[in-house]
Order: sequence, then C-alpha cells, then structure tokens
Amino acid sequence: MSDTKVTMPAYVPPPPRRLLEPHRIFLIALFGAIVFCAVWFLRWDWLEKYQWKLIHGIWETLFLLFSTAAAGFVLAVLLGLVQVTGPRPLAMLARGFCTLIRGTPLLLQLWLLYYGLGSVFAQYPEIRQSMFWPYLRQAWPYGFTALMLSFAAYEGEVMRGAFAGVPRGELEAARAFGMGRFTMFRRIWLPRAFYRALPTLSGETVLQLKSTPLVATITVVDVYAIISRVRQDTYLTYEPLLLLALIYMCLTGILVLLFRFLENRIPSRGA
Amino acid sequence: MAASPVFLNLDLLALSPPGWGGVLLTGFAASLQLAVGGFGLGLLIGIGGAFGKLYGGPILRDLLEVYTTVIRAVPELVLILLLYYAGTDAVNSLLMLAGLPRVDISGLAAGIFVIGVVQGAYSTEVLRGAIKAIPPGQIEAARAYGMSPFKTLRRITLPAMLPYAIPGLSNLWLIATKDTALLAVVGFSELTLVTRQAAGATKAYMLFYCAAGVLYLTLTLVSNRVIGHIERRARRGIAGPM
Repeated sequence: MSDTKVTMPAYVPPPPRRLLEPHRIFLIALFGAIVFCAVWFLRWDWLEKYQWKLIHGIWETLFLLFSTAAAGFVLAVLLGLVQVTGPRPLAMLARGFCTLIRGTPLLLQLWLLYYGLGSVFAQYPEIRQSMFWPYLRQAWPYGFTALMLSFAAYEGEVMRGAFAGVPRGELEAARAFGMGRFTMFRRIWLPRAFYRALPTLSGETVLQLKSTPLVATITVVDVYAIISRVRQDTYLTYEPLLLLALIYMCLTGILVLLFRFLENRIPSRGA
Repeated sequence: MAASPVFLNLDLLALSPPGWGGVLLTGFAASLQLAVGGFGLGLLIGIGGAFGKLYGGPILRDLLEVYTTVIRAVPELVLILLLYYAGTDAVNSLLMLAGLPRVDISGLAAGIFVIGVVQGAYSTEVLRGAIKAIPPGQIEAARAYGMSPFKTLRRITLPAMLPYAIPGLSNLWLIATKDTALLAVVGFSELTLVTRQAAGATKAYMLFYCAAGVLYLTLTLVSNRVIGHIERRARRGIAGPM
C-alpha cells in the first residue's frame, strides 16, 4: 500500500469575468459582420426622405411617455393613498379600478375609449357644440387617457405597497414633532414611499414606453406610425421594423440609465 | 335611431348569427389557445434558457443575455410584427432550400411562436431567479446520490424552485392573456379583432367593447383563483408568508 497522502486540490477561485474575453471578441466581430451585412445588403435609401418625420415621431413618443407617466403617477399616488388610509368604500373603488384596468388588454381599453366613447360623444349635440369638441374629435386625448389610466393602475398597486411599507416609527416620530397630517405626508410619507417605489417605477416606465406604439392604432402619429407609413410607401418588410426596434432599444437604454442615475442620487443607508 | 337603445340592445350578443355572441366566443377561444400555447412554449424556452444561463458555456450565456435583453427592450407590438413576418419567411425559405413547396403557416401557429418567443425571455429570468433561490445543498445532495443531471432537474430542481417561480410565472400568464390582443394588429381573428369587427358592423361600439372587456376580466379573475390554489399547494411545508 502506497503511502501517498490524498489531498484535495486547493480551491482556486474562478477568474473574474471581464468584458473582453476571447469569445466575446469573436461574438462582437460576428455581430459587427451581421450589422455590416444589414447595412450593405438591405435598402436604406428611404432614410433621408423620412428622417425629419422620424425625429418628430420620436419626440411625439417621448412626449406621450413622459406626460402620461407624470399624470399617471399623480393619479397612482392618490390610488395608493386611498387604498391604504381611505374610507372603506373609496378603497374598494380604487381597488376595483386597479383590477379592472390590469385585467383587460390596453389595446381593448384604447379602442373602447376611442371608438366606443368617441361614438357616444358624437351622439350628444351638447358635447358636439361645446368648446371641447375640437379636442374630442382628435385621437390623442383618448390615447393619452388610456395610457395614463393604465400607468396609474399598475403603479397604484406599487404605491399601495410602498405607502404601507413605510415604517410606522417614522410616521410616529413625525407626529411627535407636531407635524400636521399634510406636512407629515409631504415631508415624510410621500418621499419615503417614493424612494421605496423607485426601482419598480423604472420598470413601469420602460413598460409604458413599450405600450406607447399601441396609440398608432387609433391614428396618433408616433414613431411607430411613421415606420408603418414608410412600410406602406416603400413595400419594405424588414428594414423599417429593424430600425424601429433599434430606436426603441436606444430609448429603453437611455431610460434605464436615467433611472439608475436618479436612484444613485437618493441617500440610502446600506441595504 | 336614438342613442340609448343601440347601447342596450342585448340581442346583438345572441349566440346565433343575427347576434354576434357566438363570434365573440369563438374569438375568445382563439385567444385562449394562443395564450396557452404561447405560455407553454415560453415556459419550455424559459427552462432551457435558465439552465443555459446558469450552467452553460460562456458563449451560450452571452447569447442568452442578448436574447433576453433585446426582447425585453423592444415593444411587444414591434416584436410581433417582426417575428410574424420573419418566422413565416424563414420557414418558407427553409422549405424552398429543401425543395419542398411553400406552405401557408396558420395564423395560430405563427401567433403561438411569436408569443412564445416573447414570453421565453421573461420566463428565462423568472426561472433563473427561482433556481438560484433553491438552497444549493439540495442540488449538491442530488449529485452526491449520483443522480444524472436530467434526473436532478426532474426530481429536485423543478419541484424545489416551483414555490419561488409561481408568483413570477402567474404574472407572465396574465401578461400572455393580454398580449394575445396585440395579434389583432397582424389580422389574427382573436377576441379583440372580432370585437372590433362586430362593433364596426353593428355600430354598437360600447356594447361590444364592454362585452369583450368582461370576457378578459373573467379570464383574469378565474386565473387568479386557480393560481392561488396552485400557489398554496406548492408552498405547503414552507413556513409563513414571505
């Protein structure tokens, strides 16, 4: 019997992953080749003609995104607050609203508002003669409303959890300092809940960006609608869609970076 | 015709042809098929993707990372258009290469493929998180017993990750049911599109859109109940609500 000692090999930690490993360089080269082929073999001559329209469309999409997210967030704060502290019937109502919006597809809500409500409005002469009619005849108020309500419902659930999750001691401390209810809400409760909700807010905003192209189905001219126009005019299938996917990817990336910057600015202690 | 009778004319929802109820229900069935098929396909892709991301080689991992990132950054509507055309084109050109005649791909198959690919990216992430939440000792114990990787997957990993995966997966199922509506844009006759056709034909817009909304909402509420049951079953033996 041999006398060699059987030892376990010493634990060698795996090398940390770096951005540029050999296989990554290969993958990047491959990806570059694909992009080159796409640029070289596909048709891009329509870009010049439509570039200003495209930029206008992107602007329209971003405007729709930020306006609906801002308005929806205000509504979401109300929805969350009512569900946490409001009187019971009101809380049930807010809960029902969230379930209703979250349980049906946005496309259906959009068409319900635009075709359904639009046709109902058109039947009443009082509305047709009112000063709002020039706006109600256009598509964007309906698109704005549908997107805002959807954002409010999804974010309302998040805000409910965030309001409920603020430690009681902080609110009691505020009361001990003699703050009124509104001051306490403005100084302690809302900011603390907002910080807690911020990570999900970023996700919800990206989801909202991805919902905006739906308004093109009710004739609002956003970047998706412009690309659809290009496809109809040029009979190209893939090129406009690929560009559109690229545009949305860039917008998503910028949004995510923006929110990361915001999150880093918020003072937090450890976890 | 006056305004109110059109809205309240429930005869339009009758099941036989003068009413549109039967058409709506057929569309609803198509939506359900799409959602079930797409969710199932997405789950398969998700299981493969999660294992690839956790245990695969460096190239596979990077490719899967690109897949999940791209799919989650591009709107579903755009993806559905792209994949719908690209998928049918790809199948037909493969058939041409093989010397076979072109086939017309059914809208249902293309729709399931599209929703499956989109759902696959999300469920990859959900399942990856769930697998990572399993105490590593359990998987090591299975290996120590000499189970093959596949047997470990079937006996340990999949059942043990279920409680962690179910909240995310149930969310994905609800998203799948609502994503089917997007296929209306490519002209697939699911609930939202037939609703639009019915509403356009009869001018009773509010009635039909509300009816379709009720159908979708019912599906969501019933799903929630069923999911609650499954979750309670999967969590038995695990202490306390998390």
